[in-house]
Amino acid sequence: MIKTVRGKLDKLNVSETLRYLGYGKTVIPEEGVQGLLRECESEVLAAQDLRACYSVFDISVQGENIDLGFAKVNSHSLALNLAGCVKCVLFACTAGAGIDRLIAKYSRISPAKAAVMQAAGAALVEDWCEELCALFKREYGDTRPRFSCGYGDLPLTLQRDIFAALLVTKHIGITLSDDCFMTPTKSVTAIVGIR
Amino acid sequence: MTILEKLQSGRVILDGGMGTQLQERGLPLGVLPEEWNISNPDEVTAVHRAYFCAGSDIVCANTFGANSLKFDDRLEEIIRAGISCADRARAGLKDKFIALDIGSLGKLLKPLGGLDFEDALTIFKRTVKAGAEAGADVIFIETMNDIYELKAAVIAAKEVCSLPVFVSAVFGSDCKTMTGTSPEAFVALAEGLGVDALGINCSLAPAEMAATVERILKVSSTPVIVKPNAGLPQEKGGKTVYSLGADDFAKQMVPLVEAGARLIGGCCGTTPEYIEKLVKAIEHIAVKPIENKGLTVVSSYTQARYFGDIPVLIGERINPTGKKRLKQALKENDIAYVLNEAVSQAEKGAHVLDVNVGLPEIDEPSMLEKCVCEIQAVTDLPLQIDTSDPAAMGRAMRVYNGVPLVNSVNGKRESMDAVFPLVKKYGGVVICLTLDENGIPSTAEGRVKIAEKIIEYANSYGILRGQLIFDTLAMAVSADNTAANAALVALDYIRHKLGCNTSLGVSNISFGLPQRDFINSTFFAMALARGLSAAIYNPNSQEMLKTYNSFLALSGLDKNCADYIEYASSVSAGEITVTAAQKGGTQVTGDLKYFILKGLKAEAAASAKMLLENSEPLDVINGFIIPALDEAGKGFENKTVFLPQLLMCAEAASAAFAVIKTKLNPAENAKKLKAVLATVKGDIHDIGKNIVVTLLQNYGFTVYDLGRDVPPETVLKEARDRGVQLVGLSALMTTTVVSMKETIELLKRELPSVKICVGGAVLNEEYAKEIGADRYCKDAMATVRYAEELEKNI
Repeated sequence: MIKTVRGKLDKLNVSETLRYLGYGKTVIPEEGVQGLLRECESEVLAAQDLRACYSVFDISVQGENIDLGFAKVNSHSLALNLAGCVKCVLFACTAGAGIDRLIAKYSRISPAKAAVMQAAGAALVEDWCEELCALFKREYGDTRPRFSCGYGDLPLTLQRDIFAALLVTKHIGITLSDDCFMTPTKSVTAIVGIR
Repeated sequence: MTILEKLQSGRVILDGGMGTQLQERGLPLGVLPEEWNISNPDEVTAVHRAYFCAGSDIVCANTFGANSLKFDDRLEEIIRAGISCADRARAGLKDKFIALDIGSLGKLLKPLGGLDFEDALTIFKRTVKAGAEAGADVIFIETMNDIYELKAAVIAAKEVCSLPVFVSAVFGSDCKTMTGTSPEAFVALAEGLGVDALGINCSLAPAEMAATVERILKVSSTPVIVKPNAGLPQEKGGKTVYSLGADDFAKQMVPLVEAGARLIGGCCGTTPEYIEKLVKAIEHIAVKPIENKGLTVVSSYTQARYFGDIPVLIGERINPTGKKRLKQALKENDIAYVLNEAVSQAEKGAHVLDVNVGLPEIDEPSMLEKCVCEIQAVTDLPLQIDTSDPAAMGRAMRVYNGVPLVNSVNGKRESMDAVFPLVKKYGGVVICLTLDENGIPSTAEGRVKIAEKIIEYANSYGILRGQLIFDTLAMAVSADNTAANAALVALDYIRHKLGCNTSLGVSNISFGLPQRDFINSTFFAMALARGLSAAIYNPNSQEMLKTYNSFLALSGLDKNCADYIEYASSVSAGEITVTAAQKGGTQVTGDLKYFILKGLKAEAAASAKMLLENSEPLDVINGFIIPALDEAGKGFENKTVFLPQLLMCAEAASAAFAVIKTKLNPAENAKKLKAVLATVKGDIHDIGKNIVVTLLQNYGFTVYDLGRDVPPETVLKEARDRGVQLVGLSALMTTTVVSMKETIELLKRELPSVKICVGGAVLNEEYAKEIGADRYCKDAMATVRYAEELEKNI
């Protein structure tokens, strides 16, 4: 069974946004950049449309051969992550098309703001993932850190199976390109092992 | 009885969920439901049969995902089999119909996604053709999240067959689609395209749809579809069940049907039992007649704008007539300038933006199409497509995401025969100029006569009165002092006696007079008082805004004068907060470098302007702009300045450069190097490439930005035609490095003297060498350094 949830964040993770922009932990951004950050925060929060869908699958891990319940995959790194798990939550989530529109808008008229918006959108969807993972922990107990396609040796092409298994496009509107890239771009899919 | 006759005569019962029904019957996870049309036709037929017997008048064939992206060469076979299952299910039953069911392609269209509008249209056409040939009675385009894709599907349906078309979109509990469309904008688009029924399906239970359904019914003159889910899926004993049972579903549907929903059924989780109970629950409800709302509406992908109550302001800044800087921008293909004009007008409160790019030396159809798409990427205001070239008009209307305002048609037969078919096909509202083969009548009566003629002729094309807005032509009062009166009397008559909306290009009235704003704003007030529904205006004109805001307050259109008060206080605040730079004076002299380093755009521009009074343009560039950029660039290389700050410096430098450019003789441009930049074919990631473009331009290099997803042949052609010395290619994905390699090979073969630099997430020094690039540039500054290196050898 596939469940859908929606969410709303009331602030932006500014330190994470700065990290994406290349700032070290101890660096204080210039005044002008701080202004940009404030603008981007309010625009990103207004444009957010957080959606997610997820489902639980029985899994089995035999060495590097993993049966995820919705697909079989061979992956050393995922096998390590899922060691000792018999189930997993598979989820897809997005920060919404509005964020992409903002990035598209500013990439045409202000490269600086586009860069900050890009980072702010990424920070937003990461926080949304964290919120979802906290929810899974509450619902399913002992969960592992989330693991996405492209981490380690887990192939990007697994996205196709994930999209089919969760009917992602139908449920929350993320679309997948032939190259397995998602639109809206501020979207994440991941596997969360349950022990 | 035909399906449309049935729809005319009363309510139409649709079917319920298909996918969930097939899963019940054993469709395994991972198997496409449409496969069963061939491998398990009896089960598919049985589901249809059960719906027909439960009371459905129409069933959707099992073709929701049947498109060439999924089925390729088996598509026609799958669709034929799907229609045939539904056909067998109606054996022995009367007045039962089959819909060719069409869902989303699962790929987002440009500019958000990568799918081209015309490519989407081609894919839909093939599905429609197969369905129509297989014997479908109606095309049902449903579960659409994106109205742009919906537009492609409807146009495809209409271009391929003459079957009725129904459309249905998915709205959330916030009354918006996933891509942000309001119910009103959806209705405007669907009706503009001439669909036979429109509505909402999936995602929500009936009660949760009520707000959206109410808003749709309020503005729709077309029969309305409501097809909700059986609530939310829940897990019970290892099985998926939906939260809303058949009885509750039927109960929740009653108020929606009472409100006027005419085509009703269910979506995910609903079964024949739901349809049966629904039919019983609504039997006693009288069928509401469908009213023609007679609305005049234009829309964008998010919002609709109605004409008639609050006068609509149409921003005129994107029209090259009399605007030197815009002319230059259009000639140089400087879209960024156009986009900034769009954003700035939106911020100043324009409701609709005029887009006119007519210049003798440019290819207007392709420029207008491009500008319309690009402007829609930076603002969600509806646009006015303004051109005298029907080819340009048609192309822009086709790709426009929404229904546009069209400017213009006039009483000449030739004009009407060119424009009305476009309005009929793509929808929208057209500005009608009250002139014809005999010119502009000097009297109001003459103009009214032309208006009447236009209304009648439009009607013969099936265009409603509500789709026409009349411009009674403000002519120079300095040349004819009855000019204002003629326009106003005609306007009054057309608005109040003919019941049509009106518009004026207000500023023509003051042509040839000093202090034109005085005359314009007074004439504007007079016209508003006589019933003006829309005006083309300059959003920078305070006089016009004063008149407009005062008029709204005085005519009772501004509750508690709240908007007026807000406007009035913004004006006085605006007068106080003039920036230091605008004040001029000593504090900015010579601080250009500082302003650039701080990323202060307005100040940098003002400072450049002042420096130019006593310095040569080249001295300003070499003495201030380049040193500032170098300092920022070095900081970036040493990791003391970070990307956003570097880009802010670049933007401030651009602002200064734009000022200097007006004084600069192109021949003495500091840099000789010209470059073509592109993100390679198959790749739609252009953030990095855009940053490189910005910085190169800042350093005074001439850059031709070809955008993203650019085929090798295009790169070659542009590089050759423009005579560039450098080509910069960008790729983010491993899969597209292949096209980068192809592009390099082609360039090396055809233009061996041109240098090629590459960049992007997947590349490194070695990889770049391997695919034949001359240089790997790890970031934008590295590209600038490489360009400087090449510049020395030119």
